[in-house]
Amino acid sequence: MSKYSVSEKGFYGDFGGAYIPELLFPNVEELRQNYKQIIGTDDFQNQFKSLLKDYVGRPTPLYLAENLSEKYKTKIYLKREDLCHTGAHKINNTVGQILLAKALGKRRIIAETGAGQHGVATATVCALMGLECIVYMGAVDIERQAPNVARMKMLGATVVPATSGSKTLKDATNEAIRDWINHPKDTHYIIGSVVGPHPYPDMVTQLQSVISKEVKAQMLEKEGRELPDYVIACVGGGSNAAGLFADFMDHEDVGIIGVEASGKGVDTTESAATTILGREGIIHGSKTLLMQNTDGQITEPYSISAGLDYPGIGPLHAHLFKTGRGKFVSITDAEAMEAGLELSRMEGIIPAIETAHAFAIFKYLEFKEDDVLVFNCSGRGDKDLETYRKYFGY
Amino acid sequence: MNRINQALAQDKKLISIYFTAGYPELEDTTEVIKRLADAGTDVIEIGLPYSDPLADGPVIQKSSEQALRNGMSTRKLFQQLQGIRDTVDIPLIVMGYFNAMLQFGVEDFCKACEAIGIDGIIMPDLPIDIFERDYKALFETHGLKFVPLITPETSEERIKTIDELGDSFVYMVSSSSTTGGEQGFGEEAMSYFKRISDMNLNNSLMVGFGIKDAFSFEQASRFTSGCIIGSEFIRRLTNAGMEGIAPFIKSLK
Repeated sequence: MSKYSVSEKGFYGDFGGAYIPELLFPNVEELRQNYKQIIGTDDFQNQFKSLLKDYVGRPTPLYLAENLSEKYKTKIYLKREDLCHTGAHKINNTVGQILLAKALGKRRIIAETGAGQHGVATATVCALMGLECIVYMGAVDIERQAPNVARMKMLGATVVPATSGSKTLKDATNEAIRDWINHPKDTHYIIGSVVGPHPYPDMVTQLQSVISKEVKAQMLEKEGRELPDYVIACVGGGSNAAGLFADFMDHEDVGIIGVEASGKGVDTTESAATTILGREGIIHGSKTLLMQNTDGQITEPYSISAGLDYPGIGPLHAHLFKTGRGKFVSITDAEAMEAGLELSRMEGIIPAIETAHAFAIFKYLEFKEDDVLVFNCSGRGDKDLETYRKYFGY
Repeated sequence: MNRINQALAQDKKLISIYFTAGYPELEDTTEVIKRLADAGTDVIEIGLPYSDPLADGPVIQKSSEQALRNGMSTRKLFQQLQGIRDTVDIPLIVMGYFNAMLQFGVEDFCKACEAIGIDGIIMPDLPIDIFERDYKALFETHGLKFVPLITPETSEERIKTIDELGDSFVYMVSSSSTTGGEQGFGEEAMSYFKRISDMNLNNSLMVGFGIKDAFSFEQASRFTSGCIIGSEFIRRLTNAGMEGIAPFIKSLK
């Protein structure tokens, strides 16, 4: 058992667990009792690998970004999750969970989505497998991510606006959880990140860990060694980061860097930098770090990127942060937008704004010339063109 | 004897009302409690509003958002409830979400409840295994009954485990749904009420979710000790104000 993997009770150190109403217990318990066994079967693994290869387009390339490397005087690789079918790493998880849902005999799929990437990835696999799909999305996010809403509808999903609270990801998650409470038997809830009650953080990490497994093999091929010096990813809930970090966490000489969105700055009220502004508490059934007031009311986060404005982080990341195993950096809207533009101009890759946050760390961190850095290029920027366009005035 | 157990020992079906503290106006909390008690309510659940009430439906969530905007907080609620025992002697239960309790400090929360004269606590998202391991002794020290929930999906074995954790009543969720739905109970719900009643648990049973009038009250209390009404009460309070409280309670009898 590694220091950073989940305990039998679902905890990463002090974080995790399943703080859920009794109403959700049967749903979560069914999953907890079955997920490891199902994922472990040859049948599941064969189908999962085959779909990842032929449908998602894996393995994704590990690309040496020479121009960026030259500028920052270090060796920069991009793990091109943006080239996955549907445009982000999210589909690794939804392919896995839809197979799990089928194995459990579920007919109806629900999901929450922030930027819409997870919603699209869920609608996609539901279309593929012929299952009913309902996606909860904050009313505000529906406005700012219109192309993804259209994609979900085209794929046959029903998009339900969440109109409570801040009308963003956390509220969409609340609505999805309520739906699940109301449909305990026939419905599987595909959570899109490494958040929520146990076993979700572990299950999603396992399904996303294909990213780090591929990086290891590709590193060996390109660099003659499996381990890079640093793995770097943006963290909202933290699924792309968990996928990249998974197989490197136990190698203490691999630096782990999580990049959070500080929105308009951590000294303003408009931020989503959980490791700086958060305290220990419970959100969506998990004990973790979250942004809250002294009373424990969950604060409405802000980031220019819809995928990062979640008021918590997954319990694994809270554990990496608290133990000092992971280093967390926060990046403002403006820094992320500039980094997105730089990646576009220098490498010809327009990243999702979430992803762009990771590429802004050079302002704050220094690397040696012979360091090998692997960035998770987690998503592409198509969905964000409108935001980029407005920001830069194109 | 704890006031909850005294109430349960009576030979009558108990009317329990849930309301959101600090709603509709911040300072309405004690007025609502007094009016409920005067109207003959048997048990009151004082809802500590939470930003993300997962187990509640839209009516309670909306009232919670309003209460929070009004300035309701854990400290404010405990302030408002100072001296409530001078005028109200029916059981009072605080219902909220565990993060609020955790941030206040679980022990401090229990102490504050004891000092006020609170009789029990309902925390839907405090799982029974964690309650038993970390907090059961603390609740007992402060004379607070822990009220666990069960649903139609809860297995018999788990119901027996849950039954051992408390010694007042079990909150029986009428259907596997968040609060505020349903109209009258069908055969399936009725047979569930009877099935659990036939288990002869140590705890009494109170049914919540989906009760809105004398008809559904009678149905849900036929095999149990009484009912908990939340969403419907808040709807009435929203529409008819304080003056609507007494007529609503009387309409249930």
